[in-house]
Amino acid sequence: MDLSHVPILSIVTYVPLLGALAIVFLIPTEKTAAIKTAATAFVALDFAVSLPLWFAFDRGRDGYQFVERTSWIPSLGVDYQFGIDGISLVLILLTTLMGIIAVVCSYTAITERQKEYYVLLLLLQTFMIGTFCCLDLFLFYVFWEVMLVPMYFLIGVWGGERRLYAAIKFFLYTLAGSVLMLIGIIALYFYNTTGFLGYKGLGNPPTFSIEKLTAVAAGMPGELQVWLFFAFFLGFAIKVPMFPFHTWLPDAHTEAPTAGSVILAAILLKMGTYGFVRFSLPMFPEAVRNSTVVGVMVFLAIVGIVYGAMVTLVQKDMKRLIAYSSVSHLGFVMLGIFALNMAGIQGAIIQMINHGVSTGALFLLVGIVYERRHTRLIADYGGLARPMPIYATYFMIMALSSMGLPLLNGFIGEFTILQGAFAKNIWWAFCAATGIVLGAAYLLWLYQRMFFGEVRNPANASLPDLTFREQLTLAPLVALALWIGLYPSPIFDVIRRPSERLVQAVGGATAEPPALAQRASGPAARDAAARP
Amino acid sequence: MSLSLRPSDWLLLSPELFLTAGGLLMLLLSVAFGKKREEFLGFLSVLLVAVTGILLIAVSESPHRKASILGGTFLVDNFALFFKGLILLSLILTVLASVRFVGAAPYPGGEYYALLLFAGVGMLFMVSGNNLIAIYVALELMALSSYILAGYFKAEIKSTEAAMKYFILGAFSSGVLLYGISLIYGVGGTLGLPELAKLFASAERSNLLILGILLILAGLLFKIAAVPFHVWTPDVYEGSPTPITAFFSVGPKVAAYGILARIFYVAFPKFHADWGLIVAVVSAATMILGNVAALLQTNVKRMLAYSSIANAGYALLGVLGFRTEWGLWGILIYLLAYTFMNFGAFTLVILLESRGYAGESVSDFNGLAQRNMPAAIVMLLFLLSLAGIPPTAGFIGKYYLFSAAMKAGYAWLAVLAVVMSAVSLFYYFRIAAAMFFSEAAAGVAKLKSSYALTAVVLICATGTLAIGVLPQPFVAVLKNCVLGP
Repeated sequence: MDLSHVPILSIVTYVPLLGALAIVFLIPTEKTAAIKTAATAFVALDFAVSLPLWFAFDRGRDGYQFVERTSWIPSLGVDYQFGIDGISLVLILLTTLMGIIAVVCSYTAITERQKEYYVLLLLLQTFMIGTFCCLDLFLFYVFWEVMLVPMYFLIGVWGGERRLYAAIKFFLYTLAGSVLMLIGIIALYFYNTTGFLGYKGLGNPPTFSIEKLTAVAAGMPGELQVWLFFAFFLGFAIKVPMFPFHTWLPDAHTEAPTAGSVILAAILLKMGTYGFVRFSLPMFPEAVRNSTVVGVMVFLAIVGIVYGAMVTLVQKDMKRLIAYSSVSHLGFVMLGIFALNMAGIQGAIIQMINHGVSTGALFLLVGIVYERRHTRLIADYGGLARPMPIYATYFMIMALSSMGLPLLNGFIGEFTILQGAFAKNIWWAFCAATGIVLGAAYLLWLYQRMFFGEVRNPANASLPDLTFREQLTLAPLVALALWIGLYPSPIFDVIRRPSERLVQAVGGATAEPPALAQRASGPAARDAAARP
Repeated sequence: MSLSLRPSDWLLLSPELFLTAGGLLMLLLSVAFGKKREEFLGFLSVLLVAVTGILLIAVSESPHRKASILGGTFLVDNFALFFKGLILLSLILTVLASVRFVGAAPYPGGEYYALLLFAGVGMLFMVSGNNLIAIYVALELMALSSYILAGYFKAEIKSTEAAMKYFILGAFSSGVLLYGISLIYGVGGTLGLPELAKLFASAERSNLLILGILLILAGLLFKIAAVPFHVWTPDVYEGSPTPITAFFSVGPKVAAYGILARIFYVAFPKFHADWGLIVAVVSAATMILGNVAALLQTNVKRMLAYSSIANAGYALLGVLGFRTEWGLWGILIYLLAYTFMNFGAFTLVILLESRGYAGESVSDFNGLAQRNMPAAIVMLLFLLSLAGIPPTAGFIGKYYLFSAAMKAGYAWLAVLAVVMSAVSLFYYFRIAAAMFFSEAAAGVAKLKSSYALTAVVLICATGTLAIGVLPQPFVAVLKNCVLGP
């Protein structure tokens, strides 16, 4: 498929925006059915136009593909530049898929101010996809920040009881982190051009191109790299969220409406980890190689895994429980990234997808019972397997996927990450593995309390099982979980090249660990390897 | 020194002269027109300002504006043109925002518009001033008109208090400024900025000179409401009629920044080491105090007053950056953005002013989204811009200012500034939360806007969004806005 003459990335990015505008200007507020149809049509169309990316993507090529470029602010050297590599590709596809699910799962859950709701969801969709497509640092920052606005309103208007608090906390935390990144961006800009603070600039023409700045930044003196690493770090770490910057997450996830929680978990948290692989690693390799920096990162990641899992164990509120489990899961991703080897980084990227699928699905499932019973307390349930057998099955699959059972997606990610960590330091792998044990504990215990035993609460006795529409939102995620669990090599193929570049950038060996090479060498990968 | 006026000089002075004549005409007409037909005066003022704008365009094309005229006291360089355009913009916006407001007040409107135009004349002269005394006289013209405008609602105790406070503190600061000028004159023997620049380029640093510079700085910091010279701001902003508050928050501030830039960029760059640290500390204190105090306000006018103090702190980063051209660019683009977004935010307050003259509380914004969705959305746009969230004008302006601070070597200040602008989001979004999350009070009708106010809001919103989304045409102008002929 030849997409070289189509601005495909811009199309994928702006289809939802177009939908938002269409709803604002063409559909009156009272016609809620038409609004839902239009919103669904536009996210579905967006997913449809994003699919060709998967097939047209050249897995054997380095660098960015489908690149679009026009000048935006020539005075500053800012370009409107889009382009993707394998990492952004999988995240974009995850985003467009989740977009459909987020819209469809809101049909009955959202009954007030529907027009605004779907417009905001569509806007959010555009901003998230744009963030993954950007190849210009300035443009990236624009998308990165503006994304917070629709999410703020989604939580604030349609959220739970403490929505006001959760919404502003979410906005302030993430904003506070990212503004320091702005300072980092300015510093990079001046380093590349005329210099600042005693650093003599390189005298290059002004640019914000991520490719060019990455090359420039990688050559910076070590101490400047460390400074800038931390300027970017805070923004990403809060988004991830890494311990101890995670406190906004339980509030935001818990109070957000179901679709908001799904998108937060599946996509927004990935912005942080994406930032680490797109910027922190290749731009500041010396800082990343610095043993203190790695030590701090890995320490925080492991504390996140273990502490997150322990806090998850004691939660009484289902949504809060799953929210805290994200802290633990994202700790794994961070551990994989800072293992700085092929297995670690590939595992981290796969685990980003997995977490989106599994945790997104779990939030959906919680939203489904919440809509029926209007309580999120685990104690209010029990014995649900009897009235809702299909629901119980879906929940089982996704819980198992989340805890990393073999044959499901979670296993692939966690196993690969542990492999990477093991190669670096056996103790890292050991500590992280305790997180898996705890993960099995909190999920199985949750499952037991919710589904097994007698129906103690009469309100639960006659709960209707899943509707067709609800199954429709869950089925693709189950399919994805099985696909990644059984046959992950298509995804490994897509992310291999960018991962190799990352590992090379930070000076690690790119040779694959043997077990993985077996697993992940699909036909495409072998072809790519055969080519010179 | 020649004080004779050549024919070409008349052209260069034509905007100021025309606006003065317009103000006098307004005084005459106010006697002839009764309270009922006063709206006409408002629209006539808009017309007068618009014609002044056309004259300004004619001036910008003139080949004669290379040299300063009126004995070297008046200079129309690109820098002055930029500021004059901005001042005329704020005048038009103020008049449009005033029409309904003044019409509803039981006081004659003619003198209101006349005073506004006279303040405009003062500002136009200020930014062209190339001589300390000329600048001072123009500044006093602006200030005296402003004092009266603050007390326009003369039967209201708050308005009178505002005028009184503004007058006493303003007169005091003018005295400080004048004292500084006299010291400079004592050291340099001249008041022309280019002459002073030449003199100081080779002069030794002396304590008297530094004292003079600092006193001038203090006088100007009062005008832009920087800490510790900010105390008048919340009271004056709260007490003045809201359109006048909106005007104070942009017009006179813009003009004051104009002369601050001119004096410190042209005459005193050599002594950056002496005033740089002071400006840095003042900037830091202004950002912190403005933002933190704004957090505590429940009255929107006071909140916006503290927010404008905080904004003065950001703009001081540009003054610090005067070592490089980034500082100048930063100030120019930020003031342009600030005029649109701040005036826009105040216009929404004017629109909401439902209970007569009392200050607006945040809760008056409750449920604005239900009462008038477009109004709520543009207000959100102004708030986002004030908080510096892209893609809005405020972000582009702040980007340049933070760059200026970094470039000038004040990285710590840039870090403080970004952190403070994150803090500012908290109070700006209290208004956003009220608009979108709270229910409107029972029995409150849909909100209708007048044509004049709609026009103001549209101008401001277009400006805020255009600078944010397509900044190139605006930032391209900056590079030509250098000081000097």
